[in-house]
Amino acid sequence: MCGIVGLLVKKPELRERLGELMMPMLLGMTERGPDSAGLAVFTSPVAEDWLKFSLYCAKVNFDWIVFEDAARHALGKDTRMSVQANHAILESTAPAEKVKDWLKQAWPQVHLLSVGQRIDLYKDTGTPGEVAARYDFAHLKGTHLVGHTRMATESAVTPAHAHPFTAGEDWCLVHNGSLSNPYSIRRKLEPLGIQFDTDNDTEAACRYFEWRMREGDDLPTTIHKGFEELDGFFTFLMGTRNELALVRDAFACKPAVVAENDQYVAIASEFRSLAKLPDIKNAKIFEPAPEEIYVWRA
Amino acid sequence: MASVMERAPQVREGKVVFDLAEQPLRQVNQFLHQDLKAAGVKEVRVLNPDGAHSIAVGLNAPVHVDIEGHAGYYAAGMNQHASVTVHGNAGPGVAEGMTAGEVRVKGYASVSAGAAAHGGLLVIDGDAGLRCGISMKGIDIVVGGSVGDFSAFMAQAGTLVVCGDAGDALGDSLYEAVIYVRGKIASLGADAKVEPMTEEDCVRLGALLKKAGFAHDPKSFKRVSSARTLYHWNADANQEY
Repeated sequence: MCGIVGLLVKKPELRERLGELMMPMLLGMTERGPDSAGLAVFTSPVAEDWLKFSLYCAKVNFDWIVFEDAARHALGKDTRMSVQANHAILESTAPAEKVKDWLKQAWPQVHLLSVGQRIDLYKDTGTPGEVAARYDFAHLKGTHLVGHTRMATESAVTPAHAHPFTAGEDWCLVHNGSLSNPYSIRRKLEPLGIQFDTDNDTEAACRYFEWRMREGDDLPTTIHKGFEELDGFFTFLMGTRNELALVRDAFACKPAVVAENDQYVAIASEFRSLAKLPDIKNAKIFEPAPEEIYVWRA
Repeated sequence: MASVMERAPQVREGKVVFDLAEQPLRQVNQFLHQDLKAAGVKEVRVLNPDGAHSIAVGLNAPVHVDIEGHAGYYAAGMNQHASVTVHGNAGPGVAEGMTAGEVRVKGYASVSAGAAAHGGLLVIDGDAGLRCGISMKGIDIVVGGSVGDFSAFMAQAGTLVVCGDAGDALGDSLYEAVIYVRGKIASLGADAKVEPMTEEDCVRLGALLKKAGFAHDPKSFKRVSSARTLYHWNADANQEY
């Protein structure tokens, strides 16, 4: 079991309150996912030629100041950082591959969670309330976000196994459900040079989608191929730079509820996560149909 | 946010009123199970359900419960004697395992509505999700809207009435339950077949529609029941069905 939340605000003034509006949604999914939580928020973009990298280091009291100095030295002076507990967001004009290679060689204890112009990503073990407090989710600003609360059923409880998973730039995925063929997908992708960070089943889906999009498929085509390739139960919620996309498996085994009005689109595994949203009584509420692709634009 | 704690329920106009924004669900269910008879209460209102699970489950007394909003999983499950109205949408498994009584959903119902229920009446004004009436064992279900895929899967006894359309694999592996559909059927499941409506069907369906509060003409429905080809092992089928 796991919980999913997604929120996309339609009015620019609500972008300032994105995290605040989301908080009861994530907390409402605590019973569905008490062991880890994570969230990807899509903000206004960094300047052209810049990228931002969400980083995680498990070590308590990790010296991010030393790390930042080293980053400037290795990646150039157009590099800056902000730190929040075990996470940091590094912004740089250095190309993504250069940053990835540098991290891998010089800082193996620092994990790269996301890359893009808009995405910031946080994930960690603990209850949703603990994780949200640790990274100050209530003050996040942006156009849309994707969140997850995890109750692990198939792989270990670690920050790396928590959702969201990312692929490419400004793209992330959360999953409620379980896949029965993650290892056969992995055996198919690894010979193509695709690397896996964990043995998590959702990561197999994520790498599969990443591969299809890199091969030139658009998002709907990628998802349709996923229906053929991925065996198991899923409600998937994806975030792109300007969209939220939602799909459920053919049997709708895992729940999902959508609430939409002129202020926002909110998605959650259950209504109890939507109940505290403003003016929810006048929102259109529906359950998404199986194997239908729902996309909302920010 | 208001703190949630046990406190005496309010009585308004002869009804006991619980507010789940301020009182724990356990207090509501405990009252319905333990204190109802002594208090002589016949009507209970539950405010701000906000998708809570297992509201008004296993009710074994003739009480009417109004749930004033959207309910979560298993609302009014295992009902024995009560009538429960959800003035909103219901989550998965509404009225699952009901043996008698009446449950009404004013909005839509999620998956597995009326699952495995032995008796009573479930009325859903809106649509029902997938697997509506799965393994039903005697309940009557009337859906004002449409039902999702695999509805009445392995349904053993009772009646499923669908005033709108039915999804794929309707009545797959059906036993002796009967399905009436007014709209389109996306596809029938294994061993389900459409049959002509008899006079007896029209009387039975007419009574159910009236009880549920729908004015449709019974003649506008199709009857779906079991072809009974799966009742006996067919060695010649070579495992192909």
